[in-house]
Amino acid sequence: MSETVEITCISCPMGCDVELEVNEDDDIVDIDGNSCQAGIEYVKNEYRNPTRILPTTARVKGGVLPLVPVKTDEPMPKGLLDEAMEEIAKVELEAPVELGDVVIENILDTGVNIVATRDLPKK
Amino acid sequence: MNKQEYELVVVGGGPAGLAAAQEAYDQGVRDILILERDFELGGILQQCIHNGFGLHYFGEELTGPEYAQQFMENVRERGVDIKLDTMVLEVTPEKDVYAINSDDGMLYIDAEAVILAMGCRERTREAIDIPGTRPAGVYSAGTAQRYVNMEQWIPGEKVVILGSGDIGLIMARRMHLEGAEVEAVLEIMPFSGGLVRNIVQCLDDFDIPLRMQQTVTEIHGKDRLEAVTVAEVDENMQPIPGTEYKIECDTLLLSVGLIPENELSKDAGVKMHDVTGGPIVNEGRETNIEGIFACGNVLHVHDLVDWVTEESLVAGKTAANYLQGGIDKREQEIEVNPGENVGYIVPQKITNDVEDRKLVDLYMRCKKPMEHVTINLYSGDKKLLDKNERRVEPGEMITFPVPEQMISDDMDSLKVDIVKEGE
Ligand SMILES: Cc1cc2nc3c(=O)[nH]c(=O)nc-3n(C[C@H](O)[C@H](O)[C@H](O)COP(=O)(O)OP(=O)(O)OC[C@H]3O[C@@H](n4cnc5c(N)ncnc54)[C@H](O)[C@@H]3O)c2cc1C
Ligand code: SF4
Repeated sequence: MSETVEITCISCPMGCDVELEVNEDDDIVDIDGNSCQAGIEYVKNEYRNPTRILPTTARVKGGVLPLVPVKTDEPMPKGLLDEAMEEIAKVELEAPVELGDVVIENILDTGVNIVATRDLPKK
Repeated sequence: MNKQEYELVVVGGGPAGLAAAQEAYDQGVRDILILERDFELGGILQQCIHNGFGLHYFGEELTGPEYAQQFMENVRERGVDIKLDTMVLEVTPEKDVYAINSDDGMLYIDAEAVILAMGCRERTREAIDIPGTRPAGVYSAGTAQRYVNMEQWIPGEKVVILGSGDIGLIMARRMHLEGAEVEAVLEIMPFSGGLVRNIVQCLDDFDIPLRMQQTVTEIHGKDRLEAVTVAEVDENMQPIPGTEYKIECDTLLLSVGLIPENELSKDAGVKMHDVTGGPIVNEGRETNIEGIFACGNVLHVHDLVDWVTEESLVAGKTAANYLQGGIDKREQEIEVNPGENVGYIVPQKITNDVEDRKLVDLYMRCKKPMEHVTINLYSGDKKLLDKNERRVEPGEMITFPVPEQMISDDMDSLKVDIVKEGE
């Protein structure tokens, strides 16, 4: 029994809807619907190990704003986004914050850091 | 009244105003003032905390605040004067600028040149006219974005989003990640105005449904929003009777378009363009009023800030040339006209004779999505240039660089059309 998985390639604005045939051993046996070679790489990766940059905010005490925007410094596994949000919600920083400051190191053991994406001066 | 003189006044400290001021400085203008109504510089980018900015300009993917901070540092390093919390009230055709803030009170600035960089604002419920009650819980998506990302206030728990442009898509993900339930994103058109990437990473990733050719036909709830009625629409975007259904929600976010913010420009006597909603400009981004320039979202709504920067560098450079002894004009003005499947082109005309220029970038939007197209540039009946694109859509601005050497003295008009490849 093989299974069909649909993935939209986002390597270019075409946004091809690509179908993967996966057999019972989880091998990709067929790829269909891509308009070019780059699409194959993308959907293979997206099937095996989908990753995302997570942009969100962290709370700050005593800053000109109550929040500072943060992001993962590398893409992290997509399946861990919700858990990462919970970790980031626990943090409260103290102003001033600088762009690039590491807010959480190695979040959820992914090897990825959460970093601030702007300066936030003291009030 | 507090009176001051400046060579160049820039109205708005978003990415457009910052890049324009920076470039004018680098071209030798020293007497520059940026006026910004917010408490800080950076404009709308400060609330666009997601990544996706800067790939074109910096060659790396940045978030909005990171992109903004780069240009904020650039103008600070150059010692450009900045007044924050300062609202510009009027710009006259003589380039007198009136503004107000709590330190100076009323300010009157006598400027030699003015760059308009006020950005855009969002269309509201009034602008699209949804019937029903007026409960709390209906926000424009950009306003909600500012609340959630800067002010630590989540507008609601059960959300419907009307409009699938990028701001609507980004807010769907944002509200989901902040713990809200996003019931659906509705789109009145048969296609989304947003990037495919955003549809995948903001909706598909979280199983948020995108429903095409549907719209909100009624708003329910007394004090707080309780539900919306949704209907399918026909080709003319009219609701189809009998297709209505209700979605319970406490929040409706409207992402139904942006309008350039041009009240100041109009009062200054600047001529507007019907389609862009911004000033009519030449390739130096100068308006019909000599010495008044416009760039960024005030000129036409950009989807990518990278092009805002490019455009604003041009405006800053032309403003500097203007201040340093004037701009050489071509003998004959060249009109730039949209042809088949082209909604608009900025600049609307080419009028300047610039010695060291290699390219004139034309910015345009198509009217409807099309795959495998050729974009053709004509002078009269003569084809000058073409380029192929895999796909064009109204949500993505197209840039079309025209080499300077192709622009000749005997031309009086250029036209661009977008047709199927091979036609
Ligand atoms: C809600 C929203 C979301 C967006 N998301 C994206 C995105 O994800 N990616 C992307 O590339 N682009 C995005 N854009 C487009 C983005 O706006 C542009 O890329 C860029 O920010 C436009 O720059 P700007 O300087 O022209 O305008 P803005 O950034 O809007 O800056 C205009 C500035 O002028 C100031 N101003 C206006 N009127 C006055 C006045 N009378 N006196 C003094 N100051 C004044 C404003 O306070 C503001 O700071 C978004 C736009 C909006 C509205
Ligand atoms: S498969 Fe090729 S053409 Fe299709 S979206 Fe991916 S990169 Fe673009």
